[in-house]
Parts: sequence; structure tokens; C-alpha cells
Amino acid sequence: MSAILQGAGAATALSPFNSVDSKKLAASRRSLPVRVGGYIVARSGVSKSFPSGLRVRRSEQLIANAVATKADGAASSTSSKPGHELLLFEALQEGLEEEMERDARVCVMGEDVGHYGGSYKVTKDLAKKFGDLRVLDTPICENAFTGMGIGAAMTGLRPVVEGMNMGFLLLAFNQISNNCGMLHYTSGGQFTIPIVIRGPGGVGRQLGAEHSQRLESYFQSIPGIQMVACSTPYNAKGLMKAAIRSENPVILFEHVLLYNLKERIPDEEYVCNLEEAEMVRPGEHVTILTYSRMRYHVMQAAKTLVNKGFDPEVIDIRSLKPFDLYTIGNSVKKTHRVLIVEECMRTGGIGASLTAAINENFHDYLDAPVVCLSSQDVPTPYAGTLEEWTVVQPAQIVTAVEQLCL
Amino acid sequence: MALSRLSSRSNGLLRSAAAAVLLRRTISTDTSPMTIDISLPFTAHLVEPPSRAVETSPKELLSFYRDMVVMRRMEIAADSLYKAKLIRGFCHLYDGQEAVAIGMEAAITKQDAIITSYRDHCTFLGRGGSLVEAFSELMGRKAGCSNGKGGSMHFYKKDAGFYGGHGIVGAQIPLGCGLAFAQKYSKDEAVTFTLYGDGAANQGQLFEALNIAALWDLPAILVCENNHYGMGTAEWRAAKSPAYFKRGDYVPGLKVDGMDVLAVKQACKFAKEHALKNGPIVLEMDTYRYHGHSMSDPGSTYRTRDEISGVRQERDPIERVRKLIVSHDFATEKELKDIEKEVRKEVDAAIAEAKESPVPDQSELFTNIYVKGLGTESFGADRKELRASLP
Repeated sequence: MSAILQGAGAATALSPFNSVDSKKLAASRRSLPVRVGGYIVARSGVSKSFPSGLRVRRSEQLIANAVATKADGAASSTSSKPGHELLLFEALQEGLEEEMERDARVCVMGEDVGHYGGSYKVTKDLAKKFGDLRVLDTPICENAFTGMGIGAAMTGLRPVVEGMNMGFLLLAFNQISNNCGMLHYTSGGQFTIPIVIRGPGGVGRQLGAEHSQRLESYFQSIPGIQMVACSTPYNAKGLMKAAIRSENPVILFEHVLLYNLKERIPDEEYVCNLEEAEMVRPGEHVTILTYSRMRYHVMQAAKTLVNKGFDPEVIDIRSLKPFDLYTIGNSVKKTHRVLIVEECMRTGGIGASLTAAINENFHDYLDAPVVCLSSQDVPTPYAGTLEEWTVVQPAQIVTAVEQLCL
Repeated sequence: MALSRLSSRSNGLLRSAAAAVLLRRTISTDTSPMTIDISLPFTAHLVEPPSRAVETSPKELLSFYRDMVVMRRMEIAADSLYKAKLIRGFCHLYDGQEAVAIGMEAAITKQDAIITSYRDHCTFLGRGGSLVEAFSELMGRKAGCSNGKGGSMHFYKKDAGFYGGHGIVGAQIPLGCGLAFAQKYSKDEAVTFTLYGDGAANQGQLFEALNIAALWDLPAILVCENNHYGMGTAEWRAAKSPAYFKRGDYVPGLKVDGMDVLAVKQACKFAKEHALKNGPIVLEMDTYRYHGHSMSDPGSTYRTRDEISGVRQERDPIERVRKLIVSHDFATEKELKDIEKEVRKEVDAAIAEAKESPVPDQSELFTNIYVKGLGTESFGADRKELRASLP
């Protein structure tokens, strides 16, 4: 109960932030005030206030269910608020809309985000609500509009740049790597780049090689950026809000096939921690690390594994850069076996880096080599059966766990 | 216009005939406005060019002279420091092009933003940066404007609206349009000057940015500093059409004699007014660099020494202002020489102070990567230190 009251109190304290008039905007933009207001994660049992430093939260409330579909699993058990049900793209839209209302400096730019409503409907109706200056339809020039977003961010605006498909952002690689990631460092801290670059990526349904790219493996070396991958409506909204509020450039990876996932999310405002991994299913026998769409393949495999008598611990790492080595390490300490399931290609993917990080840091806790299941190192073929063989399937996960645990 | 010039000149002569040196010193702080006609007319594309009569004052002319001498001296000093191996890596020098930086500053305020490429030392000074900060940054010391972590190509001065300092050719153009967008978004009534070179003028992102800027009416002024060489390639070998001011096509353009500080001032003033009302405009500054592309380039393999010395004799921006000042008797040759000596001392003192500045601490390696501390820590290059530790 006290958590809810605290939540209500914080909500009123937040109200000044919702109305930012243009004068205040002009005055504050140059001086870049540090945002002091706190916000409460509305979960029962966890009543901590988060200053903009976003400290790592020790999760006390673990989700017991394999798949977070029930309201009583996700939201508080003492709360009388049932929350509301929505699809993942609507959750992203809600998060974006709330942040745009809260801070007038947040703007969206991308192809077909305005009048068209977004190619995946994430920005639907936002142009009608906020106008053409805040929801900008750009011409097809990823290099230029990503660079523009970064330039605007240098002055204090908080743009959300959408790549219609993450693969198109390869054209903006120079801007993302050199300007977005490095300007805070090369200017000696003078400029911050509070930009969010988001878009759908990953292997879809027969979209072809060029539209099935996993850019997290290409961007992971860029110093200065943070990368997160959302996988449920709950964390999609939370990560979107956190990414917009972060002073660092954040790349938010969505997945083409996850936009229509349905879940019940809380009505109260909440923000997820950008650098934290999510414990999907606690267990004892093996730690399965995954993110984005592969989470669902893993959970499907988990059902089979549970029937076979295994107890896998499933962690959705969420934060691709930097890794949440705290959560991961504690899990490794407990289970002594690690399986990584990812959609990146085997060479130079997130899994490869994660394998290296776990081997270096937690070698003493491991009873078996780290196993990494990734997509094949091939351009994604068009034919459906071939495409299926490119990515990791639940059956392969089951086999891998069986081999690991015997 | 010519008459007024003659009359001010004859006044000067009368004054000089009657007065002693003391009286001339008071003229050097004279802020009374005067008009000077620039020698070369503007060439315009899709717009009416501004008038050739430029408003200025004796004080301003002397400040032009002094500031350009400081810039010239700084670049020459940087040359020596590079040869002495105190400056490493890349060092792109701006000597010869000072009029662009100074003329631009004279027409704008610090609310307006400037963003440029890697040839940024003098632009930084023009925006109010100090010599000590510049030299320290070049030598990689703590007192540098980027704490020694940026280097020659990454000078920034946020409080004065100087957004750098960018190493990749042309990448600053979309950034500049972003700055202009932010100015429009926040209703700043300010403009952004995005500088790039004739080499960068062939980049696709320039045209992408021009399209967006024209489409959304951004207060962006794209300034092509045409020094006629893209590193070692002359412009006629790199560009089918060397009329860079016309490349905007539907965006108006103006070609300016970039070695004439007054012409630059007039053009930038005009451009600012235009951009605030009508959206983007392209300025082409016809200028020249005496040094090679960078310190690794002698600068004489793709152009003759005669050409370089010819430009130095006929078009040098500092010489032009000197002649103007002397002919109007705002100062004597000796006084100008004294200014040069004083500047030389100032630059030497700044170098000495910069040499005293310490190199950044090892801990600075990991600062300013992210804005806030994270739950985990960054790893050192050998991955043996600074690991995440479990309780």
C-alpha cells in the first residue's frame, strides 16, 4: 500500500515537467539542466526512487511464470489496478507519447513517421497530436537525418530517430559511430548526445537478406553508445522511456516479429532500467541468456525442458551494451552452466562478446564451456525452410541444454 | 561611394599632416562608422547580391588586423611545434584563410552556431577560444579545450556556439543542419554556419542536408571554403562543376572573395538575414591555404611554389587590411609592426604555458564515455582491470 501512496506522491511532483512552455524551453535548453525529479517504478514490494542515475535495481519480485502474460504475474498483487492490455507497438507508442508530453524537447524524425503514422504504427497519430515540427517526416537520407538528429541533440533537443528497418542505418554508420558515440568524449564532456535511435531489425518472415539484418553486432564496438533490446510490451514501454530520459545515446532494438505481442501493463508510469537484465524464469540447472525474439524460442524450449525434468534459468539480457554482468554473474554462480541463445550471426555477434565476457569474469564458476547458439553466418535466404534453418529453433535449444547438463 | 572613400582619405591625410603620433593612436580606437567598397563584386545565384559598400570602423579594421595576425602566428607556431614532434597525428593549418573566420565573426553573435571540419584552430579562436586552450589541446594536455582527448581535429566551445571540429569529411554538414533545426525548433532567431571544403562539396550528405534544409526552411548557411584543393586533388580534377555556390540548385548562393575580410563580413551579414527569413543559402568563399592539406603534406607536389607565393603577394588577407589601415592612416607601419611583435610574444607565452600543462591522468581514459556511471564498469584495454565484481 505504501508503495502506491509513494507512487501517487511522486506523480504529483512530476507534474511541473509535463507542461514545458517555450520560454522555459528556450531558457533551459542552453543551460541543459540536470533533471532532478524522481519517478517511481510502480511494483509492489519495490519502492525505490530513481534519480536520473538509474541505479541497478535488485529485483525482488521475480516473475514465476514462464511467459509474462498474466496481470497478477507482472503487476503488483496488492494493487487494485488491473492495468491495461495492449500490443507491443502500442506500448512503444504510449511510452513515446508520454515522454513527448512530459518534455517539449523530445521530437521524432524518420521516414513516414508523421502523416503515414509509421511503417509499424509506432508513431501513429503522434503527428496529429504534436504537429509536424515535432514528428518529422524525413526524405530518404539516413546519413543526413541521423546526423541532423545528432546535431540537434548537441544543442539539447532529445530526438528519437527511427530507422524504418535497422538495416538502413548502415548508411548512417559514420554518423552513429563517429559523431553519436564519440562527441561526448572528444569534446571533453562539453556535449551530451541524448539521442535515441530505434527501429525494427532481426530476421522476419521471408523479408530477404537485406531486410533481415541484426545490427547489434555491428554497433556493439562503438564506445559511448548504449544498446538495449526490448522483448515484451512491458519492457518496450519502460526501455523507450528510459532511453529518452538518458543523457547517453541509446540504440533501441525492436524486432519485426514482436510488434503484435499482447500483454497487460500497469496504468501507472514506470521506467525500466537501461543497464539491467530481466529474470524471466529462475532455475537451478542452467543459465540461458537471450534477448529479443529468441526469448520466446527459449521459453518454448523451456516448457519442453521442464517436462523433461530440467530447471533452466532464463535471463533476458535486455542490455546489449553494456552487459549486466551482475545479474548474469550471480546466475552463473548458481547454475555453473551457460547457454547463450541469440539471433546474431556466430561471427562477431553479441553472443561472441558475451561468451568472452563470461569466460573472463566467471571462469571459476563454470562447470562446462559456454555454449552459444546463434544464427548461421549466411545472408538470410528468402525461402521459408532455409530461413527457418538460419535462426535458432526451440528444438536446438532443448538439445543443447540436454548436452550441457549431462 | 568612391567619393566618401576619397573624402575620408583626404581627411586622414590632413590629420596626419597636422598631428603627431599621439593623435593617430586615438584614431585606432575610433568607432565612427565608415564605408569601404570591396574590390571584387559578389556573384549571385537565385538571389540579389548585397551591395559592395561595407560598413566598418577604424577600430574594427584594427581588430581584424590583430585577430588575423594572432591566427596567422598561431598556425605558424603550430607548424614549428609539429616539426618539433610536440604535436602529433594530423595537423591541418588554416593560414591564408583567416579572413573567412574573422569576417564571419564580425557579422554574427555567439548565439549563432558555427560548425566546421578539421581545419578548426582559427575558427575556435574566432569563437572566443584562448591560445592556451588551443595549444594545450594540440599537444594533448589537460588544459586543452577538450581536456587533451580530442586533438587538432576536435576543438569545441559549447558556450560560444562552436560545435567543432570534425574529422570525417562532410559529416559535419548534417550535424549543422541539425543545429539549425534545433534553433528553429526552439525559436532562437539565430542561424547556423556550416563550413565545409571544396572536397567535401562532392559528398552525398551535402545534397541530402540541402534538400532537408530547404524543405523545412531551416536557418542554415552552408559555407564552402573553396581553397581549390581537396587534399592533393585540384578542384578541376574532382568536380565537374566548380561553381559550388550554384550546387544548391533550388537554394540561393553567393560567391565571395574569401581573402577579403570585409567581403566576407558583408556576405555573412546578408546570409544571416536571408536565412532567418527565407531558409538556407550557400556561400562559396574563394580562399587559399598556404600550407599543404596537413603537416604530412608538403603542399607543393600538386601546385607550384610560384602559385603559392603569387597568392601570398596579391591576395593575402592580412596584407590587404594592412594596406587599408595604412592608406586611411588609422595606424602607421611601425604601429602595425609593434602589434605583430606583441602578438608574437603573446603566442610564445601561450605555448610556454601550454607546455607546462600536464598530460591527462590515466583515469581520464574512461571519463566522458557515458554521461552517468553505470551499474557495470568499462574495461581496460587488457581486460585485466576494472572488472565487474560480485559480492
